[in-house]
Amino acid sequence: MAEGARTVTALAVRGLQKAFGGLRVTSDVDLSVAPGERRLIIGQNGAGKTTLFNLITGELKPDRGTIHLFERDITRVPSRRRAHLGIARTYQIITLFPRDTLLRNVALALLGLTSLRWNPFVRLERQTALLARAREVLAQVALDHLADRPLAQTSYGERRRVEIAMALAQNPRVLLLDEPFAGLSIEERQDVRALVKGIPRDVTIVMIEHDMDTALDFAERITVLHFGEVVVEGTRAEVAAHPRTKEIYFAD
Amino acid sequence: MKRWTLAAVLAILATVPLWVSGTFYVNIASQILLYAIFALGVNVLAGYAGLVSLGHAGLFGIAAYTAAKILGAGGGHVTVAAAALATTVVVSAAFAVLALRGTGLGFVMITVALGQIVWGVAYRWIGLTNGDNGISIVARPSPFGLALATPRSFYWATFVVFLVAIASMAAFVGSPFGAAVRGTRDQPRRMTALGYNVWMIRFVAFLFSGFWSGVAGLLYLYYNQFVSPQAVALTASAEALLMVISGGTGTLLGPIVGAALVVVIKNVASAYIERWNFVLGAIFVGIVVFMPEGLVPGTVRVWRRGRGR
Amino acid sequence: MSLWLLLAVNSVTLGGLLFLLSVGFSLIFGLMKIPNLAHGSFFMLGAYLSTTLIARGVDFWTAAIVSGLGVAVFGGVVERFILRRLPGAELAQVLVTLGLSFMVADVCLMVWTGDPIRIDTPAALRGATSLMGRGFPTYRLAISLIALIFAAGLWALLERTRLGAMIRAGVDDPAMARVVGIRVSRLFTMVFCLGAWLAGFAGVIGGPILSVYPGLDGEMLPLALVVVILGGSGSLLGSLVGSFIVGFLYNFGQAMFPELAYVVLFLPMLIVLVVRPQGLFGRQAV
Repeated sequence: MAEGARTVTALAVRGLQKAFGGLRVTSDVDLSVAPGERRLIIGQNGAGKTTLFNLITGELKPDRGTIHLFERDITRVPSRRRAHLGIARTYQIITLFPRDTLLRNVALALLGLTSLRWNPFVRLERQTALLARAREVLAQVALDHLADRPLAQTSYGERRRVEIAMALAQNPRVLLLDEPFAGLSIEERQDVRALVKGIPRDVTIVMIEHDMDTALDFAERITVLHFGEVVVEGTRAEVAAHPRTKEIYFAD
Repeated sequence: MKRWTLAAVLAILATVPLWVSGTFYVNIASQILLYAIFALGVNVLAGYAGLVSLGHAGLFGIAAYTAAKILGAGGGHVTVAAAALATTVVVSAAFAVLALRGTGLGFVMITVALGQIVWGVAYRWIGLTNGDNGISIVARPSPFGLALATPRSFYWATFVVFLVAIASMAAFVGSPFGAAVRGTRDQPRRMTALGYNVWMIRFVAFLFSGFWSGVAGLLYLYYNQFVSPQAVALTASAEALLMVISGGTGTLLGPIVGAALVVVIKNVASAYIERWNFVLGAIFVGIVVFMPEGLVPGTVRVWRRGRGR
Repeated sequence: MSLWLLLAVNSVTLGGLLFLLSVGFSLIFGLMKIPNLAHGSFFMLGAYLSTTLIARGVDFWTAAIVSGLGVAVFGGVVERFILRRLPGAELAQVLVTLGLSFMVADVCLMVWTGDPIRIDTPAALRGATSLMGRGFPTYRLAISLIALIFAAGLWALLERTRLGAMIRAGVDDPAMARVVGIRVSRLFTMVFCLGAWLAGFAGVIGGPILSVYPGLDGEMLPLALVVVILGGSGSLLGSLVGSFIVGFLYNFGQAMFPELAYVVLFLPMLIVLVVRPQGLFGRQAV
């Protein structure tokens, strides 16, 4: 380690490009998120926000550019290994396991990082430590009272929280939240807002959101994407005052 | 509730030769058991992994043919079983690597092609398989000196294998790996993001499924003392799938019920109707259109509705 | 040398026949995402229907076209009244086609019995034609020519007509096609009927070479499957190239290793799936 202060970035994306056919979805994107930071990514529909997340988690392969997680180059690391390195995400459209209980859903998330997931001999029901931990995670999102309820019998708001629980279960270093407030009522938004605020600082959070009111409160730094490019980046105040922001958001 | 039903069914099955009269019916019961093992194997992929295979008769048949050839060459029964199952697992691995290149329907298509290739080999490579004439074996095995030539003794031996199969399936289903397999069926994308190796999970499930299909094939050979390309035809794979979907995928009882249904209908129908294939096809179309979730869940649904829930 | 030449001619013939069989399958799979497991049955049904027509004195070519129509009508009824009841349930649709294939096979067995039936080569095309100083069976040349004519015709249909544009749009992006206003369900029925007609027609013109017998459906289906896997689904060029590759492999394989013809098919399928899963000309992996 060099002497003196050396800042480590939690997540660094450099020169990221992705095109589908002739359409450039991600255009030369640079992003640097500091450890513990709360970063908000905004932009209109189609600006390439979710695509950016898909590139970071490895679901999509970039045409060009690099991705570094805590200074480690993960550009070539297969998607399934990135969870083991500390990246977790939620999805814009709820992608949970509908036939299982909430407890089972979270248990699956916990299992994913352990070697137990290859074991065909023991009974999952008997893994008390794992299941207890799953209940703890559900408690973190205030859903432990519904742990044994099948997912199909829960409300949309509850499922949004389970989405977050799945990601938190894996003790990520970097958490990617894709529109966590989408479709929620005002009360539900409060709950999720409080939840996200309560996440400790050893987790770096990058959030995509549409609902500015809820999200601005959360953000320390904001990145604005437009047609796949980063057009504005800075603190909340800087971005709010920037002429391009006003252009993009008040143009139509 | 489900566990008691399963236990009750097993208890009934254990005593079949005691209260069923006539060797014909005991033989039917033996067939039900061996096909139930086959259906349970197919269900591992179709029901739990969400991968529908129409080529599993190929694996079933490879076990039967391998066993028949080695027996014919004078191999002992233990060698035969080991070699047949080993071969089946190796071929399952090859099937899996190819079929998993396709997703969803592509997977189905590739398994059809693979199954048909095995059939084509069984039918045309007369030097190896005796073609349409099939291969006969002289006698059933006598493990530990117990002769399995009588219908009753064969039934009980098959039942023991069936119990092992059920126990193995139950363990698989209730295990963390089983949960992972079901996860890849429901949300493969998320499973990858959670750190699971979806391809490897599917591959291993395929091997497990192929192994039990091979066991069923072995039992089939010993039951019939004969194997022909008929056993590897597309209709055979379709029947296995029918057993799974008619009983209901995703449960342990479903494939057993489905196997019983198909075997009984087939045997009864053959006595009265010459056109079993037509009936098979019509049942397929009927179930798919009217009761897509299968008979066991479908019946439960109707029963619940009747009780006013 | 002349044995190889004869094999080559037979391969081209088989390739032509396979093209007519598989292009329909490829379009149905590419557009509707249904591997039509009854396609081999369509082929066989067309052949059987023509034997009845020909026995009644209908001439060969008329019988071919009319038998194709019969199969097309059957296909249309199936698509309209059964497959369309299962929108989006692709697996269910596959299983329905499978069930139908068994039903058709048994009905054929009932109506036409189990003996193979020969279809005579049309009188005008019997004998040999001399080409480049050698004699070739005229009928076999004719089949290749017919296949090429159909390939050109289908190409024109796909590339130059509105219907073709709609089909291509549906193959490339079904969701978008719907949004743009293409009547997808009507399109599906048309394509299914077209595919069925082609298969039935192919069954008839293949008759003089293959005859028609129970089990023909089971033998033709995997060939169509391998062609589509090799050539890529939804691609006309893929079906053409794939058909000729399979035709050559199958014939030469049969000649050199008569008992291993099917294994010979297995190998290119294996290579394609491992190296290039979308097939030679396909868009995405099958």
